[in-house]
Amino acid sequence: MRIACPLCGERDSREFSYKGHALALERPSEDAGFGAWDDYLHNRENPAGWTRELWFHDFGCGSWLVAERNTVTHEFGKVELAENVKEAMA
Amino acid sequence: MTELKALSPAAGLLPLEIGGAALREDEMRQLTLVAPFKGKEAALAKALEAAHGLRWPEAGETSVSGAVRLVWFGRGAALLMGGEASSKLAPYAALTDQSDAWSCLVLEGAGARDVLARLTPLDMRDVAFPMGATARTEVFHMACSITRLAAESWQIMGFRSMAKTLVHDLQVAMEGVAARAS
Repeated sequence: MRIACPLCGERDSREFSYKGHALALERPSEDAGFGAWDDYLHNRENPAGWTRELWFHDFGCGSWLVAERNTVTHEFGKVELAENVKEAMA
Repeated sequence: MTELKALSPAAGLLPLEIGGAALREDEMRQLTLVAPFKGKEAALAKALEAAHGLRWPEAGETSVSGAVRLVWFGRGAALLMGGEASSKLAPYAALTDQSDAWSCLVLEGAGARDVLARLTPLDMRDVAFPMGATARTEVFHMACSITRLAAESWQIMGFRSMAKTLVHDLQVAMEGVAARAS
């Protein structure tokens, strides 16, 4: 697998480590109910197809990335800096 | 008072020459990590130009002015090599002296690229990694910085604490390339 880091260009997947679904960026407010926090912490979809994930370019530039990946083919789609994704959410 | 002698990270291990590749330790330079504060990137670029005659390097670039080099060193950071950072940069960036933190090696020679190909997943072809190009990447499971200094010369920077491992890994790769060539 090769991942196109927005800063470094296309790199081998061994330079990256995987965190989990990009849902982790959508932290509920402190007074959100038990259900919202339960979903945020524990419940994940397990799609056969496209999903959005957090990857860390730890052996490269040190950026957190939001990457689209197809779980069936391991094809990567759009890859963005998590910083930009988070700013766009605000 | 005790007289302390400075030892370079790879003291006693280098130089090495195996086959068509040579590995030596670069001279010890002052290293300062320059990390711009949020929103101060443009102001820092101006201050760098004025104080050092250096351009802020985009990802994968090196900026050179005389003996001083500014090497892109990851997201939002560059390493100033070979000179003291001007205090005029301080309002715009966090400046951290890292002179003792890195071992700086130089791998050169006709076989150097083949040696690197054994250790890093980076594309080392001329079109992908021309002179002056730099990258943070993996060198045999260690996070390193590689910069191309000349046609057949690459600077490899690894953590000082892992200098012996880095030299060892490079030596094994150099021996492998030499064995395949003979």
